[in-house]
Amino acid sequence: MKVRVHVSLKPGVLDPQGRAIHHSLEGLGFAGVNDVRAGRLFELDVEDSVSDEALSDMCEKLLANMVIENYRIEKVAS
Amino acid sequence: MAFRSAVITFPGSNCDRDMAVALEKVSGQPCTRVWHGDSDLPEGLDFIALPGGFSYGDYLRCGAIASRSPVMQAVIAAAERGVPVLGVCNGFQVLTESGLLPGALLRNATIRFVCRDVTLTVENATSLFTSGYEAGQEITIPVAHHDGNYFADAATLDRLEGEGQVAFRYKEDINGSARSIAGVLNARGNVLGMMPHPERAIEATHGGTDGRALFESAIKALVGA
Repeated sequence: MKVRVHVSLKPGVLDPQGRAIHHSLEGLGFAGVNDVRAGRLFELDVEDSVSDEALSDMCEKLLANMVIENYRIEKVAS
Repeated sequence: MAFRSAVITFPGSNCDRDMAVALEKVSGQPCTRVWHGDSDLPEGLDFIALPGGFSYGDYLRCGAIASRSPVMQAVIAAAERGVPVLGVCNGFQVLTESGLLPGALLRNATIRFVCRDVTLTVENATSLFTSGYEAGQEITIPVAHHDGNYFADAATLDRLEGEGQVAFRYKEDINGSARSIAGVLNARGNVLGMMPHPERAIEATHGGTDGRALFESAIKALVGA
């Protein structure tokens, strides 16, 4: 089973990298971009027997830092 | 009396030797070096230090992989028993990632790596790490970091300030840290994390000696003067 885990900064947490990317987009002349937030995508290949609870556990124990980040698990048809 | 200290080395630590030298020079006693893959710490430690550096190449998040290494389970258990633990720079990041200290360290608000001497204000001069300073004293300690922007939610910050858990603040904003926090203590007062490097300011040839009192405070509190 292919699983994608999307990790993003919680609203309100400063994202200097997103701000720099935003600035660079403006520098390239792209208009109308209001904000950029940078996140992280993990692609996992796991056995079908791995439970949803185990996937959430992986996110909360390692893939995301729950103090500053949220995560979303997406199962990809394979 | 013996002062038994240990410095943990992770793959990518680069201030571990400096930390061990500081502990040895100030205490006059040998410091044990412990590898991250060890699951046990030496018996009867009085003091554990997590050094600066770039453990595991800062992969995933700074300090994240190191905080899940075998030796950290032993360090967490020791901290919970009351053994003093000092984390400097990457060591501070490991402490927040491991849950021993609240909050997190984000990329500097300026995005730039900051490497220079900074002025700190001592906020709590009663902890075992800071009793050698005066409350409100200004000290000069070097920083060298890219991810030192301390973050915690407002309720946590209020609690830290209310309970005297803010050990040091930056006199000027260098990295965007919430409420200018440079170092925090846990509720029990036996765990200190700080971005500035006191081990780089213990003798005159370093350009300053303001870090020395931190080690002297801990040694005095633990084994007597």
